[in-house]
Amino acid sequence: MFYREAGQFRTTYEADGQLLPIRQDRIALIATLAIAALAVPFLASPYMLSAILIPFLIFALAALGLNILTGYAGQLSLGTAAFMAVGAFASWNFVARIPGIPMLLAFVLGGLCAALVGIAFGLPSLRIRGFYLAAATLATQFFVIWCLTKISWLTGGSASGVITAQRIEIMGYVFDTPQRKYVLVLLVVALMALLAKNLVRSNVGRSWMAVRDMDMAAEVIGIRPMRTKLLAFAVSSFYCGVAGALYAFAYLGTVEPEAYSLDLSFRILFMIIIGGVGSILGSFLGAAFIVLLPVFLNIAAHGLALPTSVASNLELMVFGALIIFFLIVEPHGLARLWQIGKEKLRLWPFPH
Amino acid sequence: MNFFFEVLIGGLLSGVMYALVAIGFVLIYKASGVFNFAQGAMVFFAALTCVGLMDKFGMSLWLAIPCTAVAMILLGIAIERVVLRPLVNQPEITLFMATIGLAFFLEGLAQLLWGSQVHQLPLPIEDVPLQSLLDRFNIVVSQFDVIAAIICGVLVAVLALLFAKTKVGRALRAVADDHQAALAVGIPLQRIWAILWAVAGVVALVAGLLWGARNGVQFALTFIALKALPVLILGGFTSVPGAIVGGLIIGASEKMAEVYIGPLVGGGIEGWFPYVLALLFLLVRPEGLFGEKIIRRI
Repeated sequence: MFYREAGQFRTTYEADGQLLPIRQDRIALIATLAIAALAVPFLASPYMLSAILIPFLIFALAALGLNILTGYAGQLSLGTAAFMAVGAFASWNFVARIPGIPMLLAFVLGGLCAALVGIAFGLPSLRIRGFYLAAATLATQFFVIWCLTKISWLTGGSASGVITAQRIEIMGYVFDTPQRKYVLVLLVVALMALLAKNLVRSNVGRSWMAVRDMDMAAEVIGIRPMRTKLLAFAVSSFYCGVAGALYAFAYLGTVEPEAYSLDLSFRILFMIIIGGVGSILGSFLGAAFIVLLPVFLNIAAHGLALPTSVASNLELMVFGALIIFFLIVEPHGLARLWQIGKEKLRLWPFPH
Repeated sequence: MNFFFEVLIGGLLSGVMYALVAIGFVLIYKASGVFNFAQGAMVFFAALTCVGLMDKFGMSLWLAIPCTAVAMILLGIAIERVVLRPLVNQPEITLFMATIGLAFFLEGLAQLLWGSQVHQLPLPIEDVPLQSLLDRFNIVVSQFDVIAAIICGVLVAVLALLFAKTKVGRALRAVADDHQAALAVGIPLQRIWAILWAVAGVVALVAGLLWGARNGVQFALTFIALKALPVLILGGFTSVPGAIVGGLIIGASEKMAEVYIGPLVGGGIEGWFPYVLALLFLLVRPEGLFGEKIIRRI
């Protein structure tokens, strides 16, 4: 009743091609962003901000990066955490080595470094595909983390490998409290998500999807597979790199190789499976799910007075079972459920 | 020179162990096109169950092994029922992700059932140097590794016989060639898949026992799956001989690299060297050493 586009006429091409064609969607998005930006920082507790909302946004950005590569361009990757690590370490190095570099520029440069690494490790995708590629991307994961542990120049000669992230300071304004960090992360993530949403419906995004669906047919119709795939790797790694930098600077406060383990790669893969492969919204839903699930499980385990070891094993089992459950019941994830819900709402209360 | 051969032989023998895990992968991939990421978790699950049965129920090793084998067979059947059957006809990538979920589930379940501390697995094979080789060539080769290699050889021979001579083996090969054609001539696809996962479970048990006896039964066993991946890339996903040759190459080259290149770059290159090697190899031959040439049509 409230969610219906009856009476909304699209009379220009611009109106027809806009991002959210239904007025209610536009209002909902603007309202969500307004609440997230204006109300949440004041209402949420510092714990809520720094332990749940900030990691949620950062993981959503990383999931967005992986989703561009896996969901849109069809190249399965298990090396997400490695690209995040490159972004984090590169940003740290830019800030540490170039005095007076603007922080945001350092983040962007970190993302670009990750993109370069992504292109290098994306090169095999031109010859190999599918599972061979998935296994090959593990090379990225192990090699990059090894480099970061062994090459002391990259870690500024720190003995323990753990280095403190610099303070985030943008134009004289220091982002040190959870509120400020949250606002910064929200701004970056919202902008990059908007960019991604536009990118995947552009020419570039369509060629990614063509390569994903059938690369040889795409080649026949004049899409250059090499450029397309490498661009997907570059853009995806850029997103992951920026996410990694935010992860280190705005969430952890330290830059260390151990934070970017294979486990993190899997977690981000789970986010896109549960959220929806090939969906921008899905990256956010999946990230929220994966961030919140352990919190809820912990509360439940605490309520049932289970020992921590049992709880952590149960967490593994619940994760695994949920992945399988989602793949069986709804292979397109939470984003698809949301879409189905919206379709139902459009027809409600007369479903025929 | 002796040292060189020692490293080489040690590497080859540990490569046999990698091959053992890789064979489990190959079995499942060949017949069902499922890239089973959970193979490492199955190795861990099998080893932990075996040790757990001995610890908690006081079974002897020789009773615990068949009991675990039965458990692995039941597990295989359960996986087919609960995970694979509802996912028939889904894209390969969906099935792959389902096995990642399965891996997490099995890791959690194993530790929930049997606890997460490190266990010793007392196999009656001693990890001592072979005396005759030590006397004659002055090379240290572990007896345990040699026996493990022999066990692996026997297992492969048994599997080869199973594939070549039995009715089930023929059915397995038929399913591997063409699911639909196999269904059309009345081969029960689902039963074949269950058998396959059960066999893979038993192979995982053998691998788990050998690895567990060597390094202790602990969570790190699951990482063996990650060691088996470059072996698979190198050997090809569909070839048992490929898994063995790949295992030998990876095992030997990784130890060589660690010993001869490692000190130059700070060590610890065992973790990524096999992957980079496999990756470079793939650039030359994308289907692996023994893999089937992929013919692609629009």
